[in-house]
Amino acid sequence: MGGRTLVDKIWDQHVVAELGDGLDVLHVDRHLVHDVTSPRAFTTLAERAVEVFSPELTFGSPEHSVTILSGRTEESNDMSRTFVPLLRRNFAAHGLRLFDIDSPDHGIVHVIGPELGLTLPGATVVCGDSHTCTNGGLGALGFGVGTSELTLVLATQSLVQRRPKMMRITFAGALAPGVEPKDLMLDAITRLGADAGTGYAVEFAGPAIVALSVEQRMTVCNLAVELGAKIGLVAPDDVTFDYVATRRFAPAGAVFDAAVAHWRDLVSDPDAAFDHEVELDAATVVPRVTWGTSPAHSVAVDARVPDPAGAPDENAARQWELAQAYMDLQPGQRLEGLPVQWVFIGSCTNGRLSDLEAAAAVARGRKVSPHVRALVVPGSRAVKWAAEAEGLDRVFIDAGFEWGEPGCGLCPGLGGVTLGAGDRCVSTSNRNFVGRQGVGVRTHLAGAATAALSAIEGAIADVRRV
Amino acid sequence: MDAFTVVRGPAAPLMLPDVNTDVISPAHGGKGSLALSAFAPIRYLRDGGDDPSFVLNEERFRGAPILLAAQNFGCGSSRESAVWSLRALGIRCVIATSFGDIFFGNCFQNGVLPIVLDETVLDTLAEEVADGAPLEVDLRASVVRSPRGVSIPFSVDPLRRRQLLEGLDDLDAGLLRRDEIRAFQRTDRVLRPWIYQVADAGASPTLG
Repeated sequence: MGGRTLVDKIWDQHVVAELGDGLDVLHVDRHLVHDVTSPRAFTTLAERAVEVFSPELTFGSPEHSVTILSGRTEESNDMSRTFVPLLRRNFAAHGLRLFDIDSPDHGIVHVIGPELGLTLPGATVVCGDSHTCTNGGLGALGFGVGTSELTLVLATQSLVQRRPKMMRITFAGALAPGVEPKDLMLDAITRLGADAGTGYAVEFAGPAIVALSVEQRMTVCNLAVELGAKIGLVAPDDVTFDYVATRRFAPAGAVFDAAVAHWRDLVSDPDAAFDHEVELDAATVVPRVTWGTSPAHSVAVDARVPDPAGAPDENAARQWELAQAYMDLQPGQRLEGLPVQWVFIGSCTNGRLSDLEAAAAVARGRKVSPHVRALVVPGSRAVKWAAEAEGLDRVFIDAGFEWGEPGCGLCPGLGGVTLGAGDRCVSTSNRNFVGRQGVGVRTHLAGAATAALSAIEGAIADVRRV
Repeated sequence: MDAFTVVRGPAAPLMLPDVNTDVISPAHGGKGSLALSAFAPIRYLRDGGDDPSFVLNEERFRGAPILLAAQNFGCGSSRESAVWSLRALGIRCVIATSFGDIFFGNCFQNGVLPIVLDETVLDTLAEEVADGAPLEVDLRASVVRSPRGVSIPFSVDPLRRRQLLEGLDDLDAGLLRRDEIRAFQRTDRVLRPWIYQVADAGASPTLG
């Protein structure tokens, strides 16, 4: 038998039964549940009189519907007024652990899962949310599911899954100073295409990845789904084990030592066969920003909007034309200097402490443009408190940013804040889809430092200038 | 879940790459029902009227049970409402060159058949049905029959095929047997105790 990939090794450890033709019953180690995709699943359980199979492996947080402005409560908007108590009732009815809106541990599930030591290397992590791949930053096998499959996980702690094809993307070199993992991935998605990972689990490897912190690896894995891959992950190493070691729900003592011994085997064998291998150079990546309505529509921040005539094919050319019409941009137009009305720094992509540090480094001693409303939304309350312990809240507030409460917020156009049609927003989130942040809203994806400087200049800005 | 055997009717070509689930089932600007909200961002004009350039607004494709798409259809969010929205429009089958993985899985839980065809085959098919001539999707024979009578075979997981033919989602089909899963957990608990012993150290997490 030839060598196995990292994903093969994790997969093999979770096969409960083989159903034939490549379909497996796969055990789910951690089920993360949020407020918006779960209600119908709990209704189905009630209709079928089914109990939650493994309540001790199920964890939840109301993240999507909650207002992200300072002073919020669950009463702050109509959506959270419905969805937060509903999640609370469903969790209480089944005896599940909820990190509720006022809990010290509240936050976006993909931020608190790792932060609390619930997400572990080699674990399967499932959530009714496509960005569950974020958990791959710790070497977990995380993927998003719809509400039907979410119901199955509640009912059986398992899923019927086909083993994905295996892809490895190796990043050579090192990121230049001031270039973020977000830029690295926008570059990769633009080079490879938003469908490059479809059908694959993607292992991110190479010196540029090994050099990243666990938080940064989560940003990389978060964007795997924007490459089309349901699963993205990084092999766990000492950086990972150190990260996990002190977490609240992580194993301790002898169990932790046994776990680490087990986790050390979670690397792709030298002779492992991948269905597809890609090598990219991290050293040449520069700060990027999107011009269109797909994360694959990105360019260097000082570049110009591309001409649809240069699109790879006819369908793509039509897509580019529609995207540029929606974004009110012309081919050849410069993005740098394009006025914006909103800046959002947060989300499961870039809502962790290191992201806020990168943004604060730019914001320190500067002032947000009077034409911009800029929000900084920590991914969790722990991130918020850690940032406040470093004085980052003062840096942001003094500069004119709003300092918010944890939640998904503006990423899916929620959080008790409404953007207007035609508004332009530089966002550190993951999707610039048509209507994603609100009807007619024009989203420009970027890294945290680029977003912070854009807030200050009131226009898309090149962070290499400061 | 409704069974899927044979579906026959017009096939609407929506040949844009990366049509995502935020577009298929928007969270904002909904029109009150899944059927009216489906594709809202690309379906309506600014004044709320139908955009004539959107394919499902063309008279010959209104109510079409089959959608033809380009690559990566259904990418993006995991929201299953994307599939419910298609169902609400009466769409039972989507034929594309590739699909978003999560959307692809969601289809089978809702009686919708996603079919992957090669680009050249799909383009030829799209031309043939452009006038609204009916396409026939026969899951029993695993073939698509074009208006000119050309049979195009497609592949689908045998298990998923059987489930669609019988109208069974995974829960109904009893694929996940609780006794087997309990047995797995008993063994696994010894091998990987850290997964099952979720001890609360009680301390606030440290960040780093």
